[in-house]
Amino acid sequence: MDLSSIDPILLIAALMVAATPILLAAIGELVVEKSGVLNLGVEGMMITGAICGFAVAVETGNPALGFLGGAAGGAALSLVFGILTQFLLSNQVATGLALTLFGLGISALIGQGYIGVKPPTTADLNLPILSDLPVLGPILFGHDAMVYVSIGLVIAVWYVLKFTRVGLVLRAVGENHDAAHALGYKVVRIRLAAIAFGGGCAGLGGAYLSLVRVPQWTEGMTAGAGWIALAIVVFASWKAGRVLLGAYLFGGITVLQLNLQAAGMKIPVEYLSMSPYLITILVLVIMSADKSRAALNAPASLGRAFHASS
Amino acid sequence: MNFKSLAAGAALALGLATAATAQDDPVKVGFIYVGPVGDYGWSYEHNEGRLAVEEAFGDKVETTFVESVPEGADAERVMTQMALSGHDLIFTTSFGYMDSTIAVAEKFPDVKFEHATGYKRADNVSTYSARFYEGRAVIGHIAGKMTESNVVGYIASFPIPEVIRGINSAYLHAKKVNPDVEFRIVWVYTWFDPAKEADAAQALIDQGADILMQHTDSTAPMTIAEEKGILAFGQASDMINFGPNSQLTSIIDNWAPYYIARTQAVMDGTWESTDTWDGIEPGMVAFAAMSDKIPADVRAEAEQMIEDIKSGAYHPFTGPINKQDGSAWLAEGEIADDGTLAGMNFYIEGLTGEIPN
Repeated sequence: MDLSSIDPILLIAALMVAATPILLAAIGELVVEKSGVLNLGVEGMMITGAICGFAVAVETGNPALGFLGGAAGGAALSLVFGILTQFLLSNQVATGLALTLFGLGISALIGQGYIGVKPPTTADLNLPILSDLPVLGPILFGHDAMVYVSIGLVIAVWYVLKFTRVGLVLRAVGENHDAAHALGYKVVRIRLAAIAFGGGCAGLGGAYLSLVRVPQWTEGMTAGAGWIALAIVVFASWKAGRVLLGAYLFGGITVLQLNLQAAGMKIPVEYLSMSPYLITILVLVIMSADKSRAALNAPASLGRAFHASS
Repeated sequence: MNFKSLAAGAALALGLATAATAQDDPVKVGFIYVGPVGDYGWSYEHNEGRLAVEEAFGDKVETTFVESVPEGADAERVMTQMALSGHDLIFTTSFGYMDSTIAVAEKFPDVKFEHATGYKRADNVSTYSARFYEGRAVIGHIAGKMTESNVVGYIASFPIPEVIRGINSAYLHAKKVNPDVEFRIVWVYTWFDPAKEADAAQALIDQGADILMQHTDSTAPMTIAEEKGILAFGQASDMINFGPNSQLTSIIDNWAPYYIARTQAVMDGTWESTDTWDGIEPGMVAFAAMSDKIPADVRAEAEQMIEDIKSGAYHPFTGPINKQDGSAWLAEGEIADDGTLAGMNFYIEGLTGEIPN
């Protein structure tokens, strides 16, 4: 085995790219769950975002518009979930699962004409002086804009939830919707906004997959990334910083195991391929091991339907 | 007359009616693909073969296909469905369909099955494959001559003989012209998963590979190679649209003549269970146009090798070749027999790493 062939700088740069779709989807889902809604349709919204973003980017030739299209597609699909669960009071778990299946199907339908098409290239930022810095350059400043957007979103979500009135209201709705309603907050409206935000983020993550990471459209290309995002939110005990950690850990081990394989590591490939899932979940479980505190973090009204009369 | 006899009478009439028209029925040919027909790789070429069958026979055939069928229980269901819906000939086009094909064929002795790249046959199951290793010998030669970092990245799918044979053949011929060449191999355990293949390509490039080879079906590795400005070989189909600057050449699988011949055999009633393994010579293995990036002398050598393989003057696995552990496999001048090649489960000397189980 030749470990010296693994360049840690390139590895870190690659892991940031690999983790970005999951990070985007997870941070969106975090906001949704903080508002007390459990949307299991992340996978469906991601894949819908992937094809919507891809289609828009191909038709307009502009990747930036593509990302907007991806976010719009994800948000639109999430609003289907929103209307079903918030107005028609359907069961959130069942509706979310249905949303995933629906998203996989509709994306395959929209994508019929886009198989094998090449999207416009998303340019790396390559800031003049900063990207040439010895170690930090390639790690911190050599990426495409979406990597920074995803990190910016995590910081913004953390700040808004913790320090602003909007965040407080959102958390109040998630903790106790009856009390929030009694105080005059529009529970359904706030939740719908959160659901749309989550859908938009998931769509953005999907678009990142189809426009930057692969870049290509194929059916089912998210391959379970949405479920990983969901798991990361839970194991991160609904904390924005830990979501970042979880996503980067997952992305990092995914990239590392490929590099170890290429370097000829004497560990059976099967173990290497399952390691990202195992290690991410293990680490996050250990971090949130204190049951009483972890339970405190879960929004108290998570997954419960709200009706003003009840 | 009660309902039962009425139904029986109707069924009888219907049966007579279908029997009367059976003679004019077109031959129904079904295809099962492991990926989408739009993968622009493996399944795409099988579908091109299907279209060629339609072209060749017009109204006399009816073809159907099911794409993206997972290997395993799903495949068995799809095959059964096809057999039940009156198909005369069914092509199952992935190695992993082997056991399912045998199992379903047992239940439908009147339906003919053709399984690609497998080794299990029955009275109504033929096998067919192409000698991709001949093509891989040629691209291995080109890679050995052209790599500057002396690191060639190889994206492998499953550790089955066909894939291992390809790795050995490519490495053997790269090593012959460049003793310093090194192969980095990543197993992705999928035939078609663009995201995984792209990640693997990225990891290989990060490790210094300046030429990529793939034994997976999507164009994602080619796209990544193009983006990163390195060279690559396409797989199964011409991938030039995805790597106009990167693609050196591509091994193209041309199934059309075989599919047409087998459909004809069913029509004529001469179909028999056979084992076909064709290479460059009958045209089952072909090449995409060679890139201008290949220096003229290398190109001439590659073309010479193609000619020699065609004429039978050269066999890619000609001794002396040792196995990875150093033990002798082929003596000087000895040529590998098809049996060993078909079941190849070892690396040749010089390759690093282990074949996963």
